[in-house]
Amino acid sequence: MYKIVEKKQLAPQIFLMDIEAPRVAKSALPGQFIIVKMDEKGERLPLTICDYDLERGTITIVVQALGCSTKEMMKYEVGDYFADFVGPLGQPSEFVHENIEEVKNKKMLFVAGGVGTAPVYPQVKWLHEHGIEADVIIGAKTKELVILEEEMKAVSGTTYVATDDGSYGFKGLVTNLIEELVLNQGKKYDLVVAIGPMIMMKFVCKTTEKLGINTIVSLNPIMVDGTGMCGACRVTVDGETRFACVDGPEFDGHKVNFDEAMRRSGMYKTEEIDKECKLGGTK
Amino acid sequence: MALNLVRVPISEQDAKERARNFKEVCLGYTEEEAVAEASRCLNCKKPLCVSMCPVSINIPEFIQHVKNKEFAEAAKSVAKYSALPAVCGRVCPQELQCESKCVLGNKGEAVAIGKLERFVADWSRENNVDLSAKEESKGKKVAVIGSGPAGLTCAGDLAKRGYDVTIFEALHEAGGVLVYGIPEFRLPKDTVVKHEVENVKKLGVKIETNVVVGRTVTIDQLLEEEGFDAVFVGSGAGLPKFMGIPGENFNGVFSANEYLTRTNLMKAFKDDHSTPIRVGNKVAVVGGGNVAMDAVRTALRLGADEAHIVYRRSESELPARIEEVHHAKEEGVILDLLVNPTEIIADEKGNVCGMKCVRMELGEPDESGRRRPTVIEGSEFILDVDTVIMSLGTSPNPLIPATTKGLDINKRKCIVAEEETGLTSKERVYAGGDAVTGAATVILAMGAGKNAAAAIDEFLSK
Repeated sequence: MYKIVEKKQLAPQIFLMDIEAPRVAKSALPGQFIIVKMDEKGERLPLTICDYDLERGTITIVVQALGCSTKEMMKYEVGDYFADFVGPLGQPSEFVHENIEEVKNKKMLFVAGGVGTAPVYPQVKWLHEHGIEADVIIGAKTKELVILEEEMKAVSGTTYVATDDGSYGFKGLVTNLIEELVLNQGKKYDLVVAIGPMIMMKFVCKTTEKLGINTIVSLNPIMVDGTGMCGACRVTVDGETRFACVDGPEFDGHKVNFDEAMRRSGMYKTEEIDKECKLGGTK
Repeated sequence: MALNLVRVPISEQDAKERARNFKEVCLGYTEEEAVAEASRCLNCKKPLCVSMCPVSINIPEFIQHVKNKEFAEAAKSVAKYSALPAVCGRVCPQELQCESKCVLGNKGEAVAIGKLERFVADWSRENNVDLSAKEESKGKKVAVIGSGPAGLTCAGDLAKRGYDVTIFEALHEAGGVLVYGIPEFRLPKDTVVKHEVENVKKLGVKIETNVVVGRTVTIDQLLEEEGFDAVFVGSGAGLPKFMGIPGENFNGVFSANEYLTRTNLMKAFKDDHSTPIRVGNKVAVVGGGNVAMDAVRTALRLGADEAHIVYRRSESELPARIEEVHHAKEEGVILDLLVNPTEIIADEKGNVCGMKCVRMELGEPDESGRRRPTVIEGSEFILDVDTVIMSLGTSPNPLIPATTKGLDINKRKCIVAEEETGLTSKERVYAGGDAVTGAATVILAMGAGKNAAAAIDEFLSK
């Protein structure tokens, strides 16, 4: 059993939780994820690691209540337990294993969409701890959905905010802001890392392809075990089938077949609604 | 004494009824039936059945106990050799193992050794027979990676020999393929599998679930930081293969592992569990092994109207257990034999709506002695299906070798280990089961776990 030691609301429907899982905290690196199963009858939910604390033995996750299970998760309070919590899973971000001097020579821009800001945070923080200040764009529909802005500012070079409705920061999509920075403000980036909804990552990749900037994305397909034994999370990268849970979740964004990935993500729409009704619905 | 050449029949759920539920198909022997079947055993002086059992159960001994209605004694006899008799009695391919050399089989039907083993194990569970006898503590720690048949057996044997054993399991439940792969209707989880895992725990074995060795902790950390004196790797062969044909990533194509994990481990077929599953109306399972049979029969039970096995060779080459093929046919599974898929086709939304196939014929035997299937020119046709399940076999997960210094693998990605002892290229690290052989059977994995436990004991006793 894994104890919830902290819970904070970051935005409507978005919560942060610290979970006691010492073994996971000891091995976690930026870019990796965990799988949580709330109780005996629950499903296995993959969530990217937002932060880890070796001393407290905790892992921070950020959850957006979108479906039946995540809505159920929001009812858990400090002192409650999750039945299962496994990780860290997937490959850490590439820069973790690269020569740090070479990484220092790269100018990096992180593009975070919505709740995707949570998995961007540990990467930017890791770089900061290694003396590298990366820029960050946080994108959200509207002001109240912007999360972790202060935390991000503390570890990044410059953090920009873009809102679709212009209620805060730059008005427009993250792709508009990337173009604004590169084309109008003359910023130069060697690498873009985009994490957020599939559709956002797809369009960020289209934009960076035009601008000629290498781009890494962190894919979030449907998963079951998260250890490579089922292939539910398979994606096509550069024409080859890869399992996001073991080969990824990070891939070269310019080589990902996003249309297929988005289609596969919607595979259980009907079944999920059916189940939700059967479960009595937490809507 | 007159030879009784006919087996005592065993009762089963009616085929039509069971094809729509997840309850166990085979209902097992009653005490009277078991005694009658046991009485057929000739108690051979040189029992060939024992030579064919990978864990060398003293078959005539336990059967004589059954014949004499000494069921607890029978259970204790089996427990000396096997940690999972209720499982093996149900899922071993006995026709290729113990029962294949039974002398009664020369003239009539072999003794139903598997069914008797199952009877004994079920009886001992229902009557709470204590099988947890073990030696004094040796004060040494062994880590076992994976809680499938190999790991459970190795852990059980080491605990009996007085070792302090911890099993590390990646999933949230112990049992490996016994919980995620083999369906309820062949192997009930709550009664049979849980109980056998409990029996291993009663020997003092600790089980840590949710630990992915290679990610959560490495073998080197277990040996160097956590004070384990030896490690046994029984991580299985869980990586599914796909065909590599066009359309395999369309919605509605699954690996058998995913389909079975959702059903068996996550219980997607139960309304009060939250994992969803896509059933499909017309389901094709590609492959002919036990996993293919499990997947196709699961599809029927989930409510598919039609369920096909698509296999490129003929019925006599099907690698599945004869009993399972027989059960599948009784339940209405359609066998499309000598058929091979070439492409999966989908509608404009990316949902599977058919599978292009070709018909095959069997040519000359190849080096392995199996007749090689070749395509019949111009035989292409479309099988009308909306769900395709790929059951083409599995290979070992590369995670452990990739994160363990000095652990050698062969070109099939299997861990290299000595056959007799399971010793790998790395000191103090042993391996066995599917991680070493590639996908095989439950009982072979148990045999490997048993041998490795003996070798680890010998090494640590030096």
